[in-house]
Amino acid sequence: MNTPTKPPTAPLRLYTFAAPSRFYALTGALLPWLWAITLLLTAAGLYMGFFVAPTDATQGDAYRIIFIHVPAAWMTMLLYMVLAFWACIGWAFNARLASMLARAIAPTGAMFAFLALWTGAFWGRPTWGAWWVWDARLTSTLILFFLYLGYIALVNAIDDVRRADQAGALLALVGSINVPIIYFSVKWWNTLHQGATISFKQAPTMAATMLIAMLIMTFAFWAYAFAVVFMRVRAVVLEREAHTAWVDELTKGTRTP
Amino acid sequence: MTELFVAVLVRDLRLASRRRIDALLPLVFFIVALSLFPLGVGPEAQTLRQIAPGIVWVCALLASMLSVNQLFAGDLADGSLEQMLLAPQPAVALAAAKSVVHWLLTGLPLILVTPLVGVLFDLSAPALGALVFGLVLGTPVLSLLGALGAALTLGLRSGGMLLILIVLPLATPALIFGAGAVGTVEAGLSASGHFSLLGALLIATAIGAPWATAAALRISTE
Amino acid sequence: MTPPPAGRSAVLETVDLAGQRGERALFEHLALALEPGTVTWLRGRNGRGKTSLLRVLAGLATPMAGEVLVHGQPQRRADPSWRTDLVYIGHQNALKDDLNSSEALAFLMQLGSVKPEPAQIDAALERLGVLHCRRALVRTLSQGQRRRVALARLALSLDKPLWLLDEPFDALDVDGIHALNALLAEHAARGGATLLTSHQALSLAEPVPRIFDLDRHGHA
Repeated sequence: MNTPTKPPTAPLRLYTFAAPSRFYALTGALLPWLWAITLLLTAAGLYMGFFVAPTDATQGDAYRIIFIHVPAAWMTMLLYMVLAFWACIGWAFNARLASMLARAIAPTGAMFAFLALWTGAFWGRPTWGAWWVWDARLTSTLILFFLYLGYIALVNAIDDVRRADQAGALLALVGSINVPIIYFSVKWWNTLHQGATISFKQAPTMAATMLIAMLIMTFAFWAYAFAVVFMRVRAVVLEREAHTAWVDELTKGTRTP
Repeated sequence: MTELFVAVLVRDLRLASRRRIDALLPLVFFIVALSLFPLGVGPEAQTLRQIAPGIVWVCALLASMLSVNQLFAGDLADGSLEQMLLAPQPAVALAAAKSVVHWLLTGLPLILVTPLVGVLFDLSAPALGALVFGLVLGTPVLSLLGALGAALTLGLRSGGMLLILIVLPLATPALIFGAGAVGTVEAGLSASGHFSLLGALLIATAIGAPWATAAALRISTE
Repeated sequence: MTPPPAGRSAVLETVDLAGQRGERALFEHLALALEPGTVTWLRGRNGRGKTSLLRVLAGLATPMAGEVLVHGQPQRRADPSWRTDLVYIGHQNALKDDLNSSEALAFLMQLGSVKPEPAQIDAALERLGVLHCRRALVRTLSQGQRRRVALARLALSLDKPLWLLDEPFDALDVDGIHALNALLAEHAARGGATLLTSHQALSLAEPVPRIFDLDRHGHA
C-alpha cells in the first residue's frame, strides 16, 4: 500500500532568499520590527545625547550635534562599502537581487553623507564661527558624497538594466578602492596647509555616557538604513519582476506577501 | 599584446594629425580657462602667485575631462570599437593605448605650455619646476582615469557631465599632491614626499585603470 | 528539436545556447554547428535576434545560457587568441572617415594579427573592384564602395576558418554580389565555414548554402 508521504520542506540555505519572491516575503515580515527598533534606539540615543551626557567644558552644549554627526559619518562610509560589496556580488554571480540591493543603498548612503555635512556645519558655526570649514573629515565626506552622486547618476543614465548594474558595480569597486587613498590625501592636504588647527579631532574627550550615546545612535541609524533600504528594494523588485507570476498573484490579492 | 597597442596608437595619432585643429582644442581651452581667473580674482601679483598651482591643476583636470569624452565615441559610432574588441589580444592593450593617445594629445601639450603659464602668474623658477614635474607625473593619471570614465559613460546622452562627476572625485588625490608640491617648494621645503606619492599613484593607476577600462568597454558594448 | 549531427571537426558549435535582449529571452536551446567547407544562411524575421546571435558567436556578447564551442573548446574560457581564426563583419563597416581605403583596410587586418604587404592590400581591393579608391579618404566614398572596402578583408582572410557576416550583401550592386560570392566559394573550398545573414535571397550556387531558420530552431 502506498501512503502519500508529505514532501520534505526544503532546507533553508543562504541563497534561499536570493530569489526575489522569497526576499520580498522575508523583508515584508521584518519591516515593522526594524521600524520599531529604529524609533526606540533613536529615542534612547537622542535622550542620552541631549540630556544625560554632561555639558562640555569648552564647547558648551553646542557639541551635542556630534551624536548625529559622527554616527552619520560612520554610516555613510560603511554603506558605501556595503554598496560596493553587493554590487560586485551581483556582477560576479549575475545575481539580480544583489544589484537591486546596491542600487537601493545608494540614496540612503548619500543622505547620511548629506546629514553628516549639515551637522558638521551646525557644529562648525558656534565652534569656529563659520558655516563650513575644510576639515579633513568633512572634506572627505564631501568627496564621498560626490562618489555617491556619481554612482546614482551613472546607473540612472543607462537604460539597459544589466549594463547599468554592471557599470555601477565597476564604478563602486573603483570608488571603494579609492576611498582610503582619498581620505589619506585629504588628511595630508589638511595638515600641511595653514588652517591645520581647524580639526574636529579636538572633540571633547569622551565621557563613557557620550560614547554609549554615539553607539546607540549608530545602531539606530543602522536599523533605519535596513528599514529604508528594504522598502526601496521591495519597490524595485516589484518593478523589475512585474512580468512574473508571483507579482501577478500579489497584485491580484491571491497571494499573501 | 603589443601589436594591438601599437596598431591603435599609430592609427589614432595618424587620425589626430588629419584633424589638427580639433586636436589642439583642449590646449586652447586650458589657456583660456586659466586666463579667466585673474579676471575673476583680481590682478594682485601675490594672490595670483599663491593660487596659480591650484588653478593650473584644476584647468588641466577640466581640459582632460572635456577631451576624454570623445575617446571611444567615434569608434563606437562607426563599428571600429567592436572590431578592436575582437582582436585576439586582451582589451587591456586597447585601453592602455587609448590612455596613452589621450595623454600625448592633451597632457603633453599642457605640460609644454605650462612654463608660459608660469610667466602669466609670475611663479619663481623652483615653483614652476615643481609644477611641471607634478604635471608630468599627474597628467597620465588623469588620462588613465578619464579613459575609465569614458568607457563607463560610452554612448550615454548625458556623457560629458556625467563623466566629469564620476572622475573628479577619483582625481582629487592627484590634484592635492600635485598642487601641494608647488606650495611646499615655495615655502622652501623639499617636495620629494609629494612626488613620491604622485609616482606611487601613477604606478597604481597604470596597473589598475586599463584593466578596469577594458572591463567597462565590454560592459558598455554587450 | 534534434540538432543535425555535427561532424567531429565542426568549426563552431553551440550547446543549448540562449540569448537575451534586456530581460527577455530572444532564443533558447539553440543547437547550431558550422562544418568546414559550408556556408550557412541564418534566417529569421526582423527582431528575432540574428544580429544578437552573431555577436554571441563572435564573443562580443555573453549568452544568457549555454556554451559556444570553437574547435571543441568553450569560447568563454579560452584566452582571446582563438579570435585569430575569426573574421566578423557587422552591419557597420568599421572604416575611419579620415583614413584612406588602404590604411583603413591595413588597420583592420592588423587587428586580426595579419600584416599584409601593400601589394596584397591592392590585390584585395582589386578583387572587390575598388582598387581605384585606394588613396581616397573613406569619407569621400559611397555606401556601396565602403561596403566593398570592408569586405576586402575577406580576400585577405581566406585561410581564417570562421567567417561571421551580418548582412554582407547590403548596399552591393550586381558586380559586388558576384565578387562576394566568389570569395565565399573560395573560402568554402579551402575548408572554411561561413555563417551569414541576408534579407535578399542568396544567389550563391557553390557551395549550396545550408539554411538555419531562427524561427524554427530557436525555441524549445
